This record gives sequence, structure tokens and C-alpha cells, in this order.
Amino acid sequence: MRITEHPILQYQKGPKVSFTFDGQELEGYEGETIAAALHAAGVRILSHSHVAKRPRGFFCAIGTCSSCLMTVDGIPNVRVCVEKLRAGMRVETQKGKGVLR
Amino acid sequence: MIETQIAIIGGGPAGLQAATAAGQTGAQVLLIDNFDRLGGQLVKQTHMFFGSQQQFAGTRGIDIATKLAKQVAALENVQVMLEATALGIYEDGVLLVEQHDRVHKVKAERIIVAVGASERMLAFPNNDLPGVYGAGAAQTLMNVHGVKPGHRVLMVGAGNIGLIVSYQMLQAGVEVVGIVEAAPTIGGYLVHAAKVRRAGVPIYTSHTVKEAYGEGVVEGAIIWQLDENWSPIPGTERDVAVDVICLAVGLSPLSDLLWQAGCEMAYVPELGGSVAVRDELLRTSNPEIYVAGDVAGVEEASSAMVEGRIAGLGAALSLGLGGETAFKHLQEAREQLTALRSGPVGEKILAGLRRVEREVATDA
Repeated sequence: MRITEHPILQYQKGPKVSFTFDGQELEGYEGETIAAALHAAGVRILSHSHVAKRPRGFFCAIGTCSSCLMTVDGIPNVRVCVEKLRAGMRVETQKGKGVLR
Repeated sequence: MIETQIAIIGGGPAGLQAATAAGQTGAQVLLIDNFDRLGGQLVKQTHMFFGSQQQFAGTRGIDIATKLAKQVAALENVQVMLEATALGIYEDGVLLVEQHDRVHKVKAERIIVAVGASERMLAFPNNDLPGVYGAGAAQTLMNVHGVKPGHRVLMVGAGNIGLIVSYQMLQAGVEVVGIVEAAPTIGGYLVHAAKVRRAGVPIYTSHTVKEAYGEGVVEGAIIWQLDENWSPIPGTERDVAVDVICLAVGLSPLSDLLWQAGCEMAYVPELGGSVAVRDELLRTSNPEIYVAGDVAGVEEASSAMVEGRIAGLGAALSLGLGGETAFKHLQEAREQLTALRSGPVGEKILAGLRRVEREVATDA
């Protein structure tokens, strides 16, 4: 799902890093958003609606719509469309609304 | 407490131009943006802009962002705060800003809200399935991150955004199976429509999405035709197998901060939704708060840039800064804005503005 050639753009990417999604090891580029790394790896279901538990995905990409809230390194409700990927991040599908500590 | 004369929220075309215009009067300016680089949505616009020479016609949006950011960087009295989110504007005029897990208090004599707009949803069954994406979101994935939104895309909306993003998908190697448009005619510029049509993408006018389907994610869409009263015609359903349905059905001003700050608001469909009541210099019912760009009414980046200059100069002048030079620049900017709104789209904007522009109480 990565764009390998583009007529106008050249993409500046950080180093390739590993992270986990629900325990599964995936690779992405440091500094891209977590959502971009997940999408490139084919992960499209990011969260579930609270009542009907319907799957939710990426929607606005700019941190506005709350469709992509996930638990990252134990912190709930992280907007993965704007949070940047770092090596070793633990990204998890969130169950429920999350607890503030 | 961070103290400044003019705080600008949003570093897109409007906020950047507001910062430059206000900064050139000598004002102390703080420009706040929630992304890691300035430019707002310009950072993903790979197409060349239309409009007038002053607003960078013929230049790609990504390059306009760089130019505008350089102008700001050249001004020592303009400070930039990136990866910073404005949380609220309170009665005592204090603005709270979150940056890197810390909350900062900002006290400014004037605040210019230039936070832009967000994409609209369209109502149809299963519109919440992953794979239904805003057109701007798909554009961010492709043009900022280098990731394809999917393999086969149905675009909804043949306005400029729908046409341009469809073309950019083709450039990224993504198949666009078609563009549906509920209106009987194409809304965007014909030059954009011609480009996607030449590439073999059909545009179905008087069509809309009946429903999306798929197990867990989008696997396809049913589209159908609309009659002259915009009612769907049974029997015209067509099944298109796609993994992405991209919505380019308009934008709404991100007016949350203005509501929260207690500015007088009005719902104006021509401007995209709820906008602040303001005077001709974009000053709201709270004399310390100005608006500029899409949050003041959804329009184009070119008019957002000019509005940014007007708000920046207006705010500086209200603080006794800038003098005759600023006043002259302000008149020029207002003339440019009038020229940009001289076309048929401008008429709609002007009709909206008549409902929301009025003399507001000022202390200047």
C-alpha cells in the first residue's frame, strides 16, 4: 500500500522501525503517523463504536473526528492519525472508553 | 504565562498571512499550530493554484506553504509554536494551549482564530465502515505519508476537491472507478474534470450512493440515479466493487473555539455552517477576537490568504500599530478580496456575508 513512484512528490521518510499492533509485530517509518503505518500494513479497523460495537476506521487524518482512538503504550484515546510512530510502540485496539490515570 | 500582542491560532494560508501582515507592523505575534510544520492543508496540495498573481496562481500548494512559512520565519517578532493545540479562550482573555503534554497559558491582546474547516459526512447506510474516508484524509495519506488509501476508489462529489483528489489518486497509482455527483452538473472547474475524464474516469452526474457494504470494511457501494427532484430512481442501482469510498461533499467551519469563547454566531449555509458574526475587518462580537480563512466561511485558499492579511492588519491597527502603511495595505487587501469574489461562486459567498457581516462594538 506504499506509493513507490510519484510524478511530483518525493517522500522523506525516517528510519524503518518495528512496533506492535495487538501483539503482532509490524514495521513502519519513524515520524510518520501511527495510522499511516497501520494503513500501509493493511490494518483498517482502528476502533469500535461504544454502543453497537461497529468497526471504525481512519476518517479525517487531521486529529479532528475521533474515529481513530487507540491505546498506545498503555495510554488510551490516542488519536493515531496525528500521533507519530516511534520504535517499539505498543499499539492496541481500545476496549471501552479508557481510564485516565 | 506567555504574553504577546497578537496570538494566531492556525498556521494555514489564513494564519500564515495574518502572522506576516501583523508581524510587518512590528507587533509581537505568536503563531500556534497543531501540526509539526506550517502550511495547514496546503502541505498536501500538489496541484497548481488558480486565482490571481498576488495569491500565487500557477504555484503548487505545497510550494505556497513553504513560501508563506519563510515570510513568517524572516520576522523576528513572530514566534511559532508547533504541535500545539489551542484548548479554549476564557473570560479573562487567557488562551490555553497544549503542547507536548503540557498546558501553557497565553495572554494576548488580540486573538485571530484561523483554524480552518472539517470535512462533511454524507448520510447513507454503512457510511461508518472503515474505508469511507474524507477526501482530504485520503489526500493526507497519499501526499504527506506516501500511503495509498486503497486499491479501487469511488469518489463522491465532483466539486474541485473531488476532481483534484481523484486526479491525485491516479498520480499515486490508485484506480478511481468513478465519481458520483448528486447535482445534474459538475461543480468544479472544467479543466480539472477534463483531466480525470481524459484519464478514463467516468463522472456520473445526478447520481448518489445508496449504500455501502462489506464485512468489517468497505467492499463495495451501490450507487443510483437521481431524478430532477433529487429523488432516487428505483431500478437504476449499480454495484461497484471498491475498497474505498471517498467523500468530497463539502466542508464545515471548525467553529468550536468561537462558540466556546462566547462569540455571537450565525448559521449561514452559503458559508458552510456556523460562523462568527463579524465586521468587515473580520472582528467578532468579542473585540479581542478576529476570524480569518475557512472558519470565517468556507471558501478557497486564495481568499483565506487575503482574509488573513485583513485580520492581521486589522488587529495590529486596533492596537495602534502599523500606521498609514498598514491602513494602505488593508485597503489593497480588501480590494483583492472583492476581485476574488467577482465570479459566480463569489456571489454565493457575498450573499452569505450579507447575513453575517455587521458593525460590531469596538473599543478602537
